[in-house]
Amino acid sequence: MTIRSLLIANRGEIAVRIIKAAKALGIRTVQIYSAADADMLAVKLADEAVEVGPPAARKSYLNIEAVVTMAKAAGVDAVHPGYGFLSENADFADAVEAAGLTFIGPKGDAIRLLGDKVAAREVAARAGVPTVPGSAGRIDSLEEATAVAERTGYPVMIKAAAGGGGRGIRVAANRADLERHFPQASAEALAAFGDGGLYIEKVITRARHVEVQILGDGENFIHCYERECSLQRRRQKVWEEAPSFLLPQDAREKLCASAVALASEVSYRGAGTVEYLYDDETGEFYFIEVNTRIQVEHPVTEMITGIDLVAEMIRIAGGAKLSIRQDQVKIAGHAVECRINVEDPVRGFLPTPGRIDRLVVPAGEGVRFDTMLYEGYTIPPFYDSLVGKLIVHAENRDVCLERLARALADLTIIGPPTTIGLHQALAGDPAVKRGAFHTRFLEQWLETEFAGQTGRTAEVA
Amino acid sequence: MSKTEIRSPLPGTFYRSPAPDVPPFKADGDSVAAPDTIGIIEVMKTFQELSAGVEGRAIRFLVDNEEPVMAGQVIAEVEA
Repeated sequence: MTIRSLLIANRGEIAVRIIKAAKALGIRTVQIYSAADADMLAVKLADEAVEVGPPAARKSYLNIEAVVTMAKAAGVDAVHPGYGFLSENADFADAVEAAGLTFIGPKGDAIRLLGDKVAAREVAARAGVPTVPGSAGRIDSLEEATAVAERTGYPVMIKAAAGGGGRGIRVAANRADLERHFPQASAEALAAFGDGGLYIEKVITRARHVEVQILGDGENFIHCYERECSLQRRRQKVWEEAPSFLLPQDAREKLCASAVALASEVSYRGAGTVEYLYDDETGEFYFIEVNTRIQVEHPVTEMITGIDLVAEMIRIAGGAKLSIRQDQVKIAGHAVECRINVEDPVRGFLPTPGRIDRLVVPAGEGVRFDTMLYEGYTIPPFYDSLVGKLIVHAENRDVCLERLARALADLTIIGPPTTIGLHQALAGDPAVKRGAFHTRFLEQWLETEFAGQTGRTAEVA
Repeated sequence: MSKTEIRSPLPGTFYRSPAPDVPPFKADGDSVAAPDTIGIIEVMKTFQELSAGVEGRAIRFLVDNEEPVMAGQVIAEVEA
């Protein structure tokens, strides 16, 4: 059944992105909004808009019953969940389908399976994808935990099976640490997630974060190559690139093939991302997790492949087969995305919601700015601080970084402080130019290089 | 008897206790010292503790738990 209308169960820049993709496909759009979001850009761009609840996300964008009721009342064929909020909530996917509508994403069962970290590791292992050395499944006793740790070597991470997104993780540097942390971790996991199940993984101390974009229609599965997202602060990505330019070609082929094998193992439907850690020194890669949604950083993949990922996921949800074959997916040039947040980098990244007095968006070849901003808009304080993504594409990485520096200089946001200055410093940094980074690079760099440049300490909070 | 107002320095969501299912930092009627934490303001998923900033008796909250607040809005009053 072709989708003729859809409801956007999200807000901010991704809601705008989904509306643009839907309009290009001739699909009617209905935007939900909280009481704090009545004047957001997506409300202005959508064909219709309906208020879903009060400002608190729990009472609006995360309220499954209210969102499904709105979708039914609006008479739409489908619901697009975007990223964050309910995008990886299997109960929401089930509720949408139970209401007779199409959820634009995988089935609830697939979301549930891949969202369970232990089950996802097992799926990866079955598909022949290397996982971080650790326990084969859940472990119930300290004896099992120490046996695993002796085999993999310390340090190890004790993780909650029901955790995720960086929550429910403890690090044990040695056996004494493990003996101390294990019982506490189990009790905490039980309290936080209602499930005391734990598993153990070796800590990979120095690695790149590399992830593979996948697309599947339930029968055919392809990859759209990889992204590198090693520049992170507090486990949140700050700057992303495609491709991971230092990855050797044979490693790229193995990595991408393993992501396709994993997609095939679960008969994946929709767009997804398989995340890995890649160790430059050994050339080994390890599966971390699968994200069953469109990701914030999807535009860098779109820029180098020419594929509209959001349009493709809508078409697949409507029952179409993949519109592209693997041999038609080609990398052209290099792309970088900078996340523009309303945060003050010189005051410990304190969030700074407020009014946009003036906005100048850079233009030109290979420059794209995905945003929710317009002049006169007041950013509410209740949601994420991401307000825009500057994406730049060029024939190679060196030219891309030069073009990025110019685009950052041209991007003007008068009003709240933003992270534009941070990205300007990164774009001109010699280590970034060489690609000499790993997942812990940025936090160290903020303490030393950036603090030196701004004359302020990077962390206050 | 004069009243002193305690205002939120930031816009966001006001919480009276450090976590759900935990008693509030201060109950109505409590005395406060300037460094005492009286609540938390959540702004864009980050949590900032709000201290009283003044010493006083008989604090009275004007904003409920989990309610949105604007920068400069009066959160509570104390008797100086």
